[in-house]
Amino acid sequence: MDPSRKRKVRLVVALTAAVLLATALIYTSFSASTEASKPSEIKPGRSYELTGKVVNGSIRHDGDDLRFRVRDRDGTTSVPVSYTGVVPDPFRDGREVIVSGELEHGTFVAERDSLVTKCPSKFTKDEQSS
Amino acid sequence: MAGVGSACLFIALLTALYAIAASVSGARSGRREWVTSGRRAIYCVAGLCVIAFGVLESAFLRSDFSFALVAEGSSIETPTFYKVTALWATQDGSLLLWVTLLSLFSTTVLFLTRRSLRDIAPWATAVLGGVAAFFLLLMIGWENPFDTLATPPADGVGLNPLLRHPAMMIHPPMLYTGYVGFSVPFAFAIGALVARRPGADWIRATRRFALIAWTFLGTGIMLGALWSYTELGWGGYWAWDPVENASLMPWLVGTAFLHSIMVQEKRGMLKVWNVSLICATFTLALLGTFLVRSGILDSIHAFGASTIGVQFLVFIGLVVALSAGLIISRLPLLRSEAKLDSLLSREAFFLLNNLVLVGLCLVIMWGTFFPLISEALTGTKASVGPPWFDRLVTPLALVLVLLTGIGPVLAWRRFTPAALWRVLAVPIAATGAALVLLLAFTDAADSWTSLLMFCLVAFVLTVVSQELWRGTAARRTMTGESWPRALGRLTGRNRRRYGGYLVHAGIAVLFLGVAASSAFVDQRDVRLRPGDSFEVNGYQVTYREPTAKLGGDSGGTGAPISFGAVLDVRKDGKHFVLRPSRNYYSTADPSLGTISRLFEGEATSEVDVRWGLTRNFWMAIRPDIGSLDKPIREADAKFANASGDVQALIVAALAERYRRDPPPAAFRAISSPFVVWIWIGGGIVVLGALVAAWPSPEARLRRVRSLYSARLGQELSRA
Repeated sequence: MDPSRKRKVRLVVALTAAVLLATALIYTSFSASTEASKPSEIKPGRSYELTGKVVNGSIRHDGDDLRFRVRDRDGTTSVPVSYTGVVPDPFRDGREVIVSGELEHGTFVAERDSLVTKCPSKFTKDEQSS
Repeated sequence: MAGVGSACLFIALLTALYAIAASVSGARSGRREWVTSGRRAIYCVAGLCVIAFGVLESAFLRSDFSFALVAEGSSIETPTFYKVTALWATQDGSLLLWVTLLSLFSTTVLFLTRRSLRDIAPWATAVLGGVAAFFLLLMIGWENPFDTLATPPADGVGLNPLLRHPAMMIHPPMLYTGYVGFSVPFAFAIGALVARRPGADWIRATRRFALIAWTFLGTGIMLGALWSYTELGWGGYWAWDPVENASLMPWLVGTAFLHSIMVQEKRGMLKVWNVSLICATFTLALLGTFLVRSGILDSIHAFGASTIGVQFLVFIGLVVALSAGLIISRLPLLRSEAKLDSLLSREAFFLLNNLVLVGLCLVIMWGTFFPLISEALTGTKASVGPPWFDRLVTPLALVLVLLTGIGPVLAWRRFTPAALWRVLAVPIAATGAALVLLLAFTDAADSWTSLLMFCLVAFVLTVVSQELWRGTAARRTMTGESWPRALGRLTGRNRRRYGGYLVHAGIAVLFLGVAASSAFVDQRDVRLRPGDSFEVNGYQVTYREPTAKLGGDSGGTGAPISFGAVLDVRKDGKHFVLRPSRNYYSTADPSLGTISRLFEGEATSEVDVRWGLTRNFWMAIRPDIGSLDKPIREADAKFANASGDVQALIVAALAERYRRDPPPAAFRAISSPFVVWIWIGGGIVVLGALVAAWPSPEARLRRVRSLYSARLGQELSRA
């Protein structure tokens, strides 16, 4: 094979590999992703990543289950959440949380260990009182 | 005192701007005195930043709450260690740390190159001055760490309890040193492009800085992982969180850079690639600094809405545009001096390793920014979780570890398959033996990816040992030295090479820990009353008794109250005790009663880990203090205006009540094999990097000689 042809072959191989990787990246990310939704947006029948704030005074322990309500960040629509698993340290009333799961019979049943609580920032003051 | 700090920042900004102007005009006109002046201006910036840093640090130590930053991030009862480190737990303080480190790094490199790189150094000075000016402007304009309060409070808010962990306090300076360190090779790369000197000079001058930056960044990432494992209470060390990813991305591209510059030094190839890589590394370092502060991505970590997001984006955009424009305009100068002779050569494998590392970085970047990408494309914010990352990163990591083993034994230019077989026969045999042993004696076959990783680790470790063995044996036959002496001399004479081998071995050990602990972990979440037992992975765990401690928690974080448990763990006749606990911090929320406030602040898990070389046993507790709600509320009503002493008595009574009649508590137990090897591997990597970065006596001699001959040449030309 003459050198210019060889270079062309190499280029084609490299480009094909790059395109394949990019396609895999795009395809897998869109098929594996979960939508982030507010409590007012979720409907039964598919899984969501629920984001919102914990309603003040709504946290209850029920055996191994943790029950609380999540409301829209800037609204009052709320949904009850049933959760099992590890509870992040900063979890409490009024904090912003993200939790994955599915709506079943009016209750958002969360996947085990999926609860994420946003810290009241390392870089800003505690926003609890606001 | 705050005035002194502000003044320092302001004068430093002016000085940095002067450094840019003086260096550029010196470089353009060729007048050395301007260049020297510009360089010395950078020394001044460093001095001013150090003074400002000292002023702020002393304010933290004195608990001077007239500084807004001190009032927000510290308090009188904060332990001294955390007072010192609270400076960089604040947004403004961390910017000051950034710019202080930057100016010190700049000063060091400019001092070391003051008699060399005459064309490149002035432009590099201007770039370093520009970066420093940007950060100084940020602080002066929007986030001044020296803002004062007209009416200082009696006590400060205190440091966020989650950050009260030694690893967390050393972690930011390590990361910043890494980020900042990469600005040195970046500045010299830009300088080389502007000065049209695209040879390997800028690489030789800054290679060591890149290596040191890389080491610090890596150490920072490892400490972050340790913090996550021992402080966050979920038991993992890596969660593909945006903030973690933000620090990993520049590290990956920096790793690619450290490899590919060797190809340019040895063969004069990959010039465009190298300048692009260092520009990308620096941009990613800025992006990492920015991500933690912007709040544009949801993360476990602290993301306050920030005032400086736009400024950062503008600056990052500027850096990208400037680098790209400069590289494109200098393309004709950046031609390769040689061609790739064969795919079976070290340079080809370096290129492959670069592609894998950059590919890894792209995958992580795509996943990290996916919420923004999907929002732009589909209108809804969607995100990908850790399983997605694991699925895509695992195959790339496997290839990377394989290359870690093959790369070092390949020769430059060309390699015959027969020669390859000669060096790889023993490692391949060892890998096969490892595979057979693993299949015969362990259940490693349960996870194919982990099994493959174990074999690759065996491969890499054998390659490195074989190289060390061959080198030492050869030296012994030549010099007749003893084994240890020959090994020491061999390493000392070829630090870069054997340091590199050590780094490779460390990476392999690290991946051994990752593969074993991620695939073969046993975890249980249980709710227990005192006296109850449960079993996990053959460990019999019994909840012996509850504990309630007032003040003086085991970690020395200054927590007022901590509830915990004493647990007996037994396996195969061996017995040990774990004491996990949970610290409760007070809050100043005025809507709560005086006693409620003591319990309703932050709470943090203080996990207890039994470290072992083959297995860690990790436990966290989440006590249910719901049973104390009623008495706390009663106390709120009865003792609304109680003095500190009375409050302490009430809390003691509540603690006693918890001890006497403990409600069931939630526990998480994790038994994971070989976790400790992640950090041992990390330690080996750091050691190897230090060996590689340490200047060897030969190199010093060479430098002195070249300097001498340069002087001689100068004298001769004058004569």
